[in-house]
Amino acid sequence: MVTIENLHKKFGKNQVLSGLNLTINEGGIFAVLGPNGSGKTTLIKSVLGMVIPDQGNITVLGENIKKNSEYRHKIDYLPQIANFPSNLKVKELIKMIKDLRAFTNAEVQLIDLFKLEPFLDKKLGTLSGGTKQKVNLVLAFMFDSPLIILDEPTTGLDPISLIRLKDLIQKEKAKGKTILITSHIMSFVEEVSDEIVFLLEGKIYFKGSIQELKTKTNQPDFEHAIASILTDNHA
Amino acid sequence: MLKILKYSFYDLMRSRWSYVYFAFYLLLGVVLLFLNNDLSKAVITLMNVIIVLVPLIGTIFGVMYYYNSKEFTELLLAQPLKRSSIFLGQYLGVALSLSMSLILGLGLPFVCYGLFESSAIWDFSLLLITGTFLTLIFTALAFNIAMSNENKIKGFGYAILLWLFLAVIYDGLFLMTLIMFEDYPLDKLSLIGTMLNPIDLSRTLILLKLDISALLGYTGAVFKQFFGTSFGLIVSFVTLIIWVVLPVLRIVYKSKKKDF
Repeated sequence: MVTIENLHKKFGKNQVLSGLNLTINEGGIFAVLGPNGSGKTTLIKSVLGMVIPDQGNITVLGENIKKNSEYRHKIDYLPQIANFPSNLKVKELIKMIKDLRAFTNAEVQLIDLFKLEPFLDKKLGTLSGGTKQKVNLVLAFMFDSPLIILDEPTTGLDPISLIRLKDLIQKEKAKGKTILITSHIMSFVEEVSDEIVFLLEGKIYFKGSIQELKTKTNQPDFEHAIASILTDNHA
Repeated sequence: MLKILKYSFYDLMRSRWSYVYFAFYLLLGVVLLFLNNDLSKAVITLMNVIIVLVPLIGTIFGVMYYYNSKEFTELLLAQPLKRSSIFLGQYLGVALSLSMSLILGLGLPFVCYGLFESSAIWDFSLLLITGTFLTLIFTALAFNIAMSNENKIKGFGYAILLWLFLAVIYDGLFLMTLIMFEDYPLDKLSLIGTMLNPIDLSRTLILLKLDISALLGYTGAVFKQFFGTSFGLIVSFVTLIIWVVLPVLRIVYKSKKKDF
């Protein structure tokens, strides 16, 4: 599905990714974890082509992403901070993205799922953080692409929306899609993900199931397993 | 690219500032034509306003639009769209909506005044053409500055400095050079100096078309000789086109390398 070879990226003097290799197979939910500044967002943005790597190769569904924009038809992306043009209405934004990308009708169900009807005629600038995130989710899920990338999907969501989001993710997984998630909420990661990828200092430190991580670190629960990696490496 | 252009254009058409800009030109056109009644004087006054104001507005709007639509840009970058079409679409959206405010704002009063029967139609058209060129040039320069500076304040500062340099300081330096080296033949130098600044070039073009090269003073004759010929006219238009193309190419180049 996604192959990353020897990925390097530097922002000024700050080496964020240093020779990262990663293969993500088709189907399943993969969580990308790591401490702040470990390069999670940079990795995701590299896959999306928003960050141009200094070195290395990325292929998505067999297509090299360098100087290519068509492969993004196969990716749904949920950005970390839902910042939208503030003078657009929710309805207009959805229509615009559909116009730019492809025709779909899936947004009707998603709007219903997240109870967004009352907000359709409101301007994006006036929405609360959580509502913006719901709009963000609608935009990300409406295209039915084989690869879904979610950057901190739980930000600002209330408990009921969170449950709906988890259901939605499971439904997409059942369709055989590949879902890439980053999150700092360990309980959420533990609940939804099949496999985790742990980034540390710009490299993959661990890749495998949560059970394997627990065995490797000798910790009874997931949260402590993650914490033990961090303390071992920063002590 | 056309879709991005469409949305950027609509976005700007809904913004209050486009109307303020349009209304300003409308007012200016009406006042100059209907309260003044001297067409050639009106065109000269318009020229003086256009040559200073169009670059300033183009620069400010360009920088402001780029920074304000950052979120929109990031949203677009994750879509299956080419980077160059995103940025060129936005650039053309700004440049065209500004040009439209200019052309409609000045054009309407002139049409009401009876432009089509008047002999000043060519002078006036030249005015609008150079105004459009200046908008295209300075919006492109503004996009370049904004793309190279993440810091808004810095970007604004550089953009204003650029305008100040080309609109005011350049002339001063140019004149000082001419005075300092007055013992030498300066026709070529002054010709090149004018070509290198799009504002000066536009001003010279219009003044010569209006046949008031006497206003140009010292080098007037040289310009008249050069710009007056069709060759001179072609060369100046080609220079203006180069002034548009180079910054636009840099927008494309820069957009391919930038991280978001």
